[in-house]
Amino acid sequence: MTKVVAGKLDLEKYGSLLALGVLFLLATFIGWPYFIQPENLINVMRQSSYTGIIALGMTFVIISGGIDLSVGSMAAFVASCGVIAMNSIADKGGNETLAILFGVGIMIIAGFLSGAVNGLLITKGKIVPFIVTLGTMSIFRYVSLQMANAGEFASHSQVFGNIGMSKIFSFRVGESAISLPTPVFVLLLLAAVLSFVLNNTRYGRYICAVGSNSRVALYSAVRVDRVRFWAYSINGIVVGVSAALLAARFNTVSTPNFGLGFELDAIAAVIIGGTAMAGGRGSVWGTIVGVFMLQIIQNMLNMAGLSPYLQGVVKGVVIIASVYIQRQRQT
Amino acid sequence: MGEVVLRTEGIYKDFSGVAVLKDINLELRSGEILGIIGENGAGKSTLMKIVSGIYQPSSGRVFVDGKPVRIPDSIGARRLGISLVPQEFNLIRDLPVYNNVFLGSELLTRAGLLDKQAMKDKTRALLARLGVSIDPEARVEMMSSAEKQMVEICKALAFESRVLIMDEPTTMLTKYEIEILFRLVGELRKAGMTIIYISHKLKEVKQLCDRVVVLRDGAIVHDGPTSGITALEMAQKMVGRELGSIFPPKNKPDDEVVFEARGITVPGVLENISFALRKGEILGLAGLVGAGRTELAETILGLRKKSSGDLIKRGKPLVVNAPSDAVAAGISYLSEDRQGSGILTGFSVTRNVTLISLGDYCRSFLRLIDKSSERTKVQGYVDSFHIKTDNLEKRLENLSGGNQQKVSLAKSIDTAPDVLIVDEPTRGVDVSAKHEIYRLIADLVKGGISCIFISSELEEILGMCNRVLVLREGKFAGLVEGEAMTEEEIMFHATGVHEEEAT
Repeated sequence: MTKVVAGKLDLEKYGSLLALGVLFLLATFIGWPYFIQPENLINVMRQSSYTGIIALGMTFVIISGGIDLSVGSMAAFVASCGVIAMNSIADKGGNETLAILFGVGIMIIAGFLSGAVNGLLITKGKIVPFIVTLGTMSIFRYVSLQMANAGEFASHSQVFGNIGMSKIFSFRVGESAISLPTPVFVLLLLAAVLSFVLNNTRYGRYICAVGSNSRVALYSAVRVDRVRFWAYSINGIVVGVSAALLAARFNTVSTPNFGLGFELDAIAAVIIGGTAMAGGRGSVWGTIVGVFMLQIIQNMLNMAGLSPYLQGVVKGVVIIASVYIQRQRQT
Repeated sequence: MGEVVLRTEGIYKDFSGVAVLKDINLELRSGEILGIIGENGAGKSTLMKIVSGIYQPSSGRVFVDGKPVRIPDSIGARRLGISLVPQEFNLIRDLPVYNNVFLGSELLTRAGLLDKQAMKDKTRALLARLGVSIDPEARVEMMSSAEKQMVEICKALAFESRVLIMDEPTTMLTKYEIEILFRLVGELRKAGMTIIYISHKLKEVKQLCDRVVVLRDGAIVHDGPTSGITALEMAQKMVGRELGSIFPPKNKPDDEVVFEARGITVPGVLENISFALRKGEILGLAGLVGAGRTELAETILGLRKKSSGDLIKRGKPLVVNAPSDAVAAGISYLSEDRQGSGILTGFSVTRNVTLISLGDYCRSFLRLIDKSSERTKVQGYVDSFHIKTDNLEKRLENLSGGNQQKVSLAKSIDTAPDVLIVDEPTRGVDVSAKHEIYRLIADLVKGGISCIFISSELEEILGMCNRVLVLREGKFAGLVEGEAMTEEEIMFHATGVHEEEAT
């Protein structure tokens, strides 16, 4: 009988990984032979990485018992700030490397500050996260549109665009050379770091405690406001990182579209990855699995020739179904 | 006593192969009050959940009025006239009383809309029958525990119950409220109702019940009239061994004052409270519900802002703005509200115990949690506190109340405090866990800790404390020590009237 219990626990831990495996086989079958090509898989990973990085920060926010709807707009806002900053140096004929470092630095700092604003409004202003980030979602988007006159900020650095397309870690698979796109590398690196923070530091433990029951956490001498503030701030920082990579990918920031809908994909990935919407419990690697699952579904349906509109329908069904299955497993 | 209303025959229940109830044969007659006692984990709650439809037995049958029945859920139980008043109230804070009473079985008008007037009227009539003055339109949020209890009972009566199960009904009540409850239960019995009364308070069972059933390890070990058994015998049957004195010997405190409060005032809550706590002392904090005991603890912890007054720790003024400041100053608190502010039910034993003291386990350069030393320490508590758990990673929601409380206590003292405030430390725990918690607190005090002991149970206040500070309506009402430490004296200060005058 104890075996059953152990099996249940394993399923809780590895259930989403199992689902990813099944999905992978399905995609291989449907998209034969194109899906399984290394180039395609690498591409799937690259496409996952921009929302994926944001989903990592979202994991922290959701475990802490909150939500952040502003991430997509925030990405547009910080990318705009960063490109303006970068161009301001590049246009004066300054060192291009310096310009890029400055621009990326501004994106990350602006991301941190934007996240901090969310965090302050939620903790000091005592406004529920949903409302705060619904508001800032609108504010960040429309400030960006205002700044660009609803147009775009084109980067004046070619090198920046090259970074966006760059790859690292070349290795050979059979006859073709495979290399990991930079965003994928950043995604995996950040996942490793944040997963480690979640599992091995006080802060990680406190996030779970606050999300599990903030009153108990408060009575247990946890500085609840500080913990929640940093969850939003860290989320802002990773939004900055994602925004930098995405801006480099296009070498421009189109303010109406940049990061549009990222919040929903990020939240969906977190939830599919097994993090409890109510907070208190979750996993960074689960989120990675969720991100890849969403992207594989899209890739697979593309290959099957399904219209993009129906793809959206399937995505919605998958999100609801995965949560439903998790719920069944808990009870 | 009337005819048999409810009967169980050979009830067995197991959870994943572990038997929690074995061959339970019970017979309940109308107009009878049956006390069911047993330690935590003895199977009382499981049995009651089977009778009220929440669990299904693994085997065995339940008969109502002599006919075998299947009770699919709590609504099914209600239809059969069986109602449960749970230990943790199931009321919705934002709804008025009448809505709570009819929750899930709302009365409707012919048009299918809520018949609010009928529900209000019926609620008012029920409350009048209970003899309590509660407005059916009052919101539950604003009510005291005693009032909430009355609403729960009202809920049970609204559906013509014949069998009323009360799970630990008096844990949240003061002495006077308990008297009112007992009078009410007596009247319900006269009206022919059957009452199952589950309690850890053996004296109450002895006083109130006609018959008592003792459960131990899932089996009935005693079933007989309460007139034929003493409270001590009941306790012995529960634990299955002889019991010595339940309270450990008192420690003799030093003269050194460790902690002092001077003129603590929190507007509307506390007024000018002062006391001094000596090294190795247990200072009792008594008073009725709402007297400000927990509020005083919360003020010491920095959870409430005081408008004036000082806290002094070892002669130095102490500034406390948050619980973290209190912990840093060596003050720790065991919450009265275990589920609400004491433990994280979704966290493992280990992660609960080290929640406050986590910083002490972050030693390396990167300040990472040293999980092996964490485990070693927690294993130490599990062993010395006799916490019953299969492993350290078990979530607390799967432990019994007594074991949860021990985890909560371990958590409070893992910061190595020198002032420990315990608030209702034995609420809802069984006799042997109680025993152990008393022993643990006494050992800590012997080791040089000072303790503020908040409790509504005068017996444990008298049994454990060196001195007792009594509060009444947020004000200092008296400090009782030595010969004067009697139940009567404390109640006199707590209520402001002598018992003879009150009755």
